[in-house]
Amino acid sequence: MYVAVKGGEKAIANAHALLAKRGRGGADAPRIDYVQMRDQMGVLVARVMAEGSLYDPDLAAKALLQAQGDVLEAVTLLRSYRTTLPRFGVTIAVDTAGLPSERRVSATFKDIPGGQQLGATFDYTHRLLAEELETPEVPTPDAPEAEPMPRVTDLLGVDGLIERDRPAEGWTDPDPGDLTREPTVFPMSRAERLQALSRGDEGFLLSLGYSTQRGFGNTHPFVGEVRVGEVEVEFDAPEIGYAVPIGRIELTECQMVNQFVGSADQAPQFTRGYGLVFGRAERKAMSMSLVDRALRREEFDERAVSPAQDEEFVIAHSDNVQAAGFVEHLKLPHYVDFQAELGLIRKLRREFQERQAAAVPSPASSNDRDSSTGYSSNSNSNSNPIEEHV
Amino acid sequence: MKNETPLLSVTGAGHRYGDRFGCRDVSFDLWPGEVLAVVGESGSGKSTLLGMLSQRLTLDEGTIRYRTARLSDADLGGAGEDERMAEDLLDLSTLSEREVRRLWRTDWGFVHQNAADGLRMHVSAGGNVGEPLMANGWRHYGKIRAEAEEWLRRVEIPADRIDEAPATYSGGMRQRVQIARNLVFGPRLVFMDEPTSSLDVSVQARLLDLIRSLVAELGLAVVVVTHDLAVARLISHRTLVMKDGVVIESGLTDRVLDDPQAAYTQLLVSSILQG
Amino acid sequence: MSAPHIVYNEGYLDEQTKRVIRRALLKGVAIPGFQVPFASREVPMPRGWGTGGVQVTAAVIGASDTLKVIDQGADDTTNAVSIRAFFEKVAGARSTTRTDEATIIQTRHRIPETPLAEKQILVYQVPIPEPLRFLEPRETETRRLHALEEYGLMYVKLYEDIARYGHIAKTYDYPVLVNGRYVMAPSPIPSFDNPKMHQSPALQLFGAGREKRIYVIPPFTDVESLGFEDFPFEPQRFDQPCEICGSVGVYLDEVIIDDRGNAMFVCSDTDHCERTATASVRDETTEVSA
Repeated sequence: MYVAVKGGEKAIANAHALLAKRGRGGADAPRIDYVQMRDQMGVLVARVMAEGSLYDPDLAAKALLQAQGDVLEAVTLLRSYRTTLPRFGVTIAVDTAGLPSERRVSATFKDIPGGQQLGATFDYTHRLLAEELETPEVPTPDAPEAEPMPRVTDLLGVDGLIERDRPAEGWTDPDPGDLTREPTVFPMSRAERLQALSRGDEGFLLSLGYSTQRGFGNTHPFVGEVRVGEVEVEFDAPEIGYAVPIGRIELTECQMVNQFVGSADQAPQFTRGYGLVFGRAERKAMSMSLVDRALRREEFDERAVSPAQDEEFVIAHSDNVQAAGFVEHLKLPHYVDFQAELGLIRKLRREFQERQAAAVPSPASSNDRDSSTGYSSNSNSNSNPIEEHV
Repeated sequence: MKNETPLLSVTGAGHRYGDRFGCRDVSFDLWPGEVLAVVGESGSGKSTLLGMLSQRLTLDEGTIRYRTARLSDADLGGAGEDERMAEDLLDLSTLSEREVRRLWRTDWGFVHQNAADGLRMHVSAGGNVGEPLMANGWRHYGKIRAEAEEWLRRVEIPADRIDEAPATYSGGMRQRVQIARNLVFGPRLVFMDEPTSSLDVSVQARLLDLIRSLVAELGLAVVVVTHDLAVARLISHRTLVMKDGVVIESGLTDRVLDDPQAAYTQLLVSSILQG
Repeated sequence: MSAPHIVYNEGYLDEQTKRVIRRALLKGVAIPGFQVPFASREVPMPRGWGTGGVQVTAAVIGASDTLKVIDQGADDTTNAVSIRAFFEKVAGARSTTRTDEATIIQTRHRIPETPLAEKQILVYQVPIPEPLRFLEPRETETRRLHALEEYGLMYVKLYEDIARYGHIAKTYDYPVLVNGRYVMAPSPIPSFDNPKMHQSPALQLFGAGREKRIYVIPPFTDVESLGFEDFPFEPQRFDQPCEICGSVGVYLDEVIIDDRGNAMFVCSDTDHCERTATASVRDETTEVSA
C-alpha cells in the first residue's frame, strides 16, 4: 500500500525526530542562543516579525531557530502564536515625524530640515565577502539631535504640492479595522490594503514594485523619504483615562512621491505611496510604497493594465503563509481526486478509440476556413461526439 | 393602445465626464421595429449616448423610459411597484441592478464594435450563442444546441464550425457570431456600436445586408451608432446627427441625408460624397 | 529581559474566536450554500492543510464529542493522523475511527460510506470555496453573480464539456445547487460522493481557512448536482468489488502492486473496509493488513 502516507503516527514521530537531529547539527558545536539570533541577525528577525505581524524580537528569534532558518516556517510559527493572543485594544497612531531617526534619507531634496542621516546601512558598502567580521568603534555624535525632522512630504504639503495625509477639515480618522480579526472582502479600504501589504511577502512585493518601475503600471516614483528609528507606542487605556507608553518599536517608513494628477477643478499635485514595516526593512518599505501607489489607481482614474494595479491579484497572493501552505499542500495525498480523473480519462480514451474505429473518412471541409488566421479546426470537431447522444 | 406608446422614450438626457458633458439634452422616442442611426464624427458624443441609453454610463440629467413587456409583477416585487407599473413606461433610473441585468438577459442586446468585447473568445461558437439561453434557464443541452445551430445558420456560420472558438474565426465571422448571441433570446431592442467599422469594406456590405434582413424579419428596434453615413442610409429609418455632445439635426434618414438642414450636416454629407 | 514564556489557550482558539466562527456557522445554516466571509485565524498547520476545517471543528467540538478525522477516506493518512493528534492534545477530545461512533467527522476529499445519521456533523476541509473561480477569478464579480443568481456561465462550462467530450468532464468538486438557490463547491470530493449530500440527516459544515469562507448544508436540505435535462449528472461508478472486503458500490483506490503497472482496487474508506472484512471472513482479514 501507499506506505509513505499511510504510515501513521509512528512514521510521523520518526520524521519529527529526524528533523530535530538535522536541525541540531554536530553536537560539538554549541546551539545558537536566541539572544545571539535576535541581536546578530536583526534584519532577518525583523522580517519574521513583519510578516508574522507580531513585534517581539525574542519570539521571532526563537521561531527562526525552531524553523532551522526557514523564514516562512518561522513566520507561520509566529502567526500561529499571535492569533491565540487576546487583544486588549488599539494603540494611538505612532508619530513617525517625531521619531528620533537613526537613519533618514531623501532623494527629492539635497538639503532638508534635520538633515540627511545615513545611519546603519548596507548602502555604499563594498560587497566583498569578508573572511572575518570586524566590529569597528562607532564615534559618538557631537551633539544629540535637537533639530526636528519634519517629514519631507509635510514640507511639500505646505504649498499643496502633494496630496495631504488627510482631508483638510472636519475629518475624523475612521477605524481602520483589523485584517486579522474581521472578515475582509474585496474591494478593500486602503487601510486594509496597507495592513495586508505590511505583512505581505517581501519578495513578492519587491517583484511587483520592480514591475511598476519597468513600465507595468508606471507611477514615476521618487523617494520622498525613508526613515528608520524607534518610536514610542502609546495605549489609551479607558480605565486610566490617559495614554500610557507601553514600549518602543523599531520601524522603517517610506514616503514615495509619485506622478502628479490634477483635474479641471483641482490643481495638479504629487501623489504618494506609503510603506511602513517593523524593524530595519527598507527594501520592503520601499516596495510596499510602490505597490500601495499602484493599487490606488481607482482613486486617480488610472487605467488598470498591470498586475501591480490589480487589488484582488496583489492582496490575494501577497500573504506567504497562505501561499506557502497551498503550494505545499500538493504534497498531501490526492489519490481520491486523481482516481476520479483516472476513471474519466480512461473512459474518454476508450470512447475516442471507438470513434476512430467507427469513423468513415470525412471530406476536407475547410473551404470556409479563414486562411488569414492560419488556424485549423481541432480534431474533435470532425467526429463530433454529440450526435451519438442527442 | 400599446402601439401608441414608444418602446424607448428619452427626454433631456445627459452624461457628465467630470465637469464636462459627454452628451446633453438628448430627446427622442424609439418605436417598436424602428431603426435609429446616431451619426457624427469621433468625439461627437454618440458612443456616450449609447452607453447612457444602455445603462452602462450614468444618466446625470433627464430621463430614459422603457416600455417593458416582460418585467412582470413577480420580477419587480417590493415597494414602489404599483407606482412604476402604473405608467406604461418604466423610468430606468428606478431599476435595481438585478432588474437592469434582467433586461439584458431578456430584452436588450448589445453588439460591440470589437467582437472580443461581446464574446468569450475561447468558448466555442455554440457555447457563446447558447449562453444567453442558459442564463435564461434553458437546461436541455439538445435544445440549446439546436437553437445555437439554427442561429449560427441564420448568420451564415458553417455548421461544422459550431464547436470552434471565435478566436479561430475571421473578423466577419466573429461579428456574425456576436449578432447571433445577441438575437438568440429574442430581444426587442438592440444597441449596436459601429457594428461593421472594424471590418474590410467587402465584408461590411454583406454584414449590413444580414443585419438589415434580420432586423426586418424580427421587427427589432435598433439604435445603431456609426460614423459611416452609408450605414445609416442602408439600415436606418431615422437619423440623429450629433456634434459636440448635442443633437443638431434629426429626422427620417432619407430626408436628413438628401436634404440636410443644419450646416454641419450639409458639410458631413458633402464630405462623404467627395470622399 | 527575561526569556519569553509561551502559553496556549485551552482548545487552542480563544473563546472570542470560537464565537466568531459559530456566528458564521449560524449564518451559513440560515442561508444554505452561501459563502460567509469570516476572519480566518492562523492555526498551527499550514494553510491548505485543513486550517478551515480545524477552525470549524475547534468551534463546535465539546467535552461530550467523539472525533473522527479522515483524509482520502482513510483514518491513517498522515494529515488525518496529525489533525486528530492536534485535537487530542489541545482539546482533550476522544477520537475514533468508526464512522457510526463519531459525533464530528472532519474530512478531506471523501464522505464516509457508512450513511450518516442525525446529530452527526461532517466538517469538510475546503481549498477553493468558489465554484465559479476557474470561470471567473475575480471575487468582486463572482459575489455579484451569486447575489443575482446568474449561473449561466457555470452551464457554459458544462456545455463545453459535452460539446468536446460527449459528457460532462468534471469528476471531483462537482458543483451543486443547494436548496434551489446557491451554486456551491462541495470541496474536492469525488462526484461519486455527491448524492450523499442530498437530504443528509447530518449537518454539513465547510471551512475554507486560507480563503476565509464558511458555508453550510443544514440537515435534510436539497443538494442537486448540476446537469442538463438530457445530460443529467452521473456519479462515477466502479465495476469491480473491493479486493479486500468484497464491497460493491463503494469508492475504490487503485493501488499499484508491481513494477509492471498491475493494480488492485481496494476501498478508499478504511473504516468501512475493515469492518466489512472483519464481519465476513476471519482468516482473510488477518492475512491482509491495510
